[in-house]
Amino acid sequence: MSLCDNCGEREAVIHLTQIVDNTVTTLHLCEACAAEKGVDTVAQVAKYPLGDFLASLGEGAAPGAGGGAAALAGAACPQCGATLLDFRQTGRLGCAACYVTFEGPLRDLLRRVHGNTQHRGERYRAPGAAEAPADPGAAGSAPALGALKDQLRRAVETEDFEEAARLRDAIRGLE
Amino acid sequence: MIDLSLVPDGGLSWLDGSGPQAHIVLSTRIRLARNVDRVAFATRSGAGDRARVLALVDAAWRESPLGRGSVRFLLDELDSADRLLLHERHLISRELAEAPAAREGGSGAAVLLSGSTGVMVNEEDHLRLQTLRSGLALPQAYAELEQLDAALGGGVPFAFHPEFGYLTACPTNAGTGLRASVLIHLPGLVLTKEIAKVLQGLTQVGLTFRGLYGEGSEVVGNFFQLSNQTTLGKSEEELLDHLGKIVRQVVAYEEQARQVLLRDAPTILADKVWRAYGLLRYARSLTFEETMNLLSGVRLGAGLNLIAGVSVYTLNKLLIFTQPAHLAAFEPPVPGDTEAGAARAAYVRRLLDEEAARGA
Repeated sequence: MSLCDNCGEREAVIHLTQIVDNTVTTLHLCEACAAEKGVDTVAQVAKYPLGDFLASLGEGAAPGAGGGAAALAGAACPQCGATLLDFRQTGRLGCAACYVTFEGPLRDLLRRVHGNTQHRGERYRAPGAAEAPADPGAAGSAPALGALKDQLRRAVETEDFEEAARLRDAIRGLE
Repeated sequence: MIDLSLVPDGGLSWLDGSGPQAHIVLSTRIRLARNVDRVAFATRSGAGDRARVLALVDAAWRESPLGRGSVRFLLDELDSADRLLLHERHLISRELAEAPAAREGGSGAAVLLSGSTGVMVNEEDHLRLQTLRSGLALPQAYAELEQLDAALGGGVPFAFHPEFGYLTACPTNAGTGLRASVLIHLPGLVLTKEIAKVLQGLTQVGLTFRGLYGEGSEVVGNFFQLSNQTTLGKSEEELLDHLGKIVRQVVAYEEQARQVLLRDAPTILADKVWRAYGLLRYARSLTFEETMNLLSGVRLGAGLNLIAGVSVYTLNKLLIFTQPAHLAAFEPPVPGDTEAGAARAAYVRRLLDEEAARGA
């Protein structure tokens, strides 16, 4: 039995091979440490994405919750006071601002439920607001810029540097 | 008791069976979920929030083209029998029908109706715009809702996010907020045992199926509601096109299955549909489930011209008016008839007798 490279206490059951700059490294991890490092230990087919997601919110640093759900576990929405724990109990969000407060975990959930996070339907124009750009990527639009910056942050997080470079250039173009 | 005659057509114009594919597709329903910006959703709203939502929607509705000649029901003012009546007509959700008016300061729950198009207020989402049409009529139904959406959205500020679209209490509805459901009758596929394969196929192409009364309801009488599973990442038109395409395929499979039955088992088939008709025409007590299953047989017989003189309209009307709240409201009670089985059988006999007299 080999021990976990990280904690040195539990049995290593996950063997993670990484190739960085042509150097192969293999990490032997126990289940708990793998989960902590965000390694998906089960090939998941989300049959009940909402239920799975809600359940995983209760498991602290669950690998499935993603998007920093653990870090937000105690956070409350500044507008309505709802927490992710409330969402777990009811399956319903407290208000529209919850989508901003819990943006990371919700984006992850929306992707699992809908296979996508970018709305492509009708774009709403609030009463009295200026006409919204039809193309979300239109130059100079603040929401598009915000979305690109979000994408850039995620690309960096996931070490997708090619995509990050492309996004950086796109953002420079807009700014 | 509420006066449903105040609702133009009683909200039942879709029963006439005039829509495309009405012999197999009973109805098309679309709903759009919307919420008012900067007001807490249902689970965290206070009485003041709910009253504000109702006032905002009410004002915008009156200004809309549908506002004139429409009717408004405040759910807190209705008893449970009346709420159930609206639910059986598919005018309000089960959630609103069952919700006790016990929320402190009032639920603010309401339904604004112009025929079979309207808005539920203070349901799971602040607004649920909905419309119901005869047959397979997705583009027509959406065109009507799109107009209502524009009219209401011009007066009520909706919660909208540039990436996630329209924001809803449950993330499974976010994006377009659109759920389109087609109520379809598939006895041929059930009898030929092909139905499991078809339903499994549906889930693989992003559709979902339910029973007659929506989420969580059982499939009775071979009636299935097919609807889109996801609401985000595709445009309204893409979602509707996809559903329409699949429904037309399912209709084609159903027609094939019926032809197989006619070819391979004509006597068994004719016997089955005439037995169903006979029971409905002469039985003295019927449960709702039995009625649904027998109506399925007669509908199949009428669709294949095995039974003449029973119209789609009468069959649709029987589906609605044999439900418990409708019987209680419109059919004189029979002494000792605790489950309303005798009242149901009496109503069915009367309608079929009238239909037979017209045909004679």
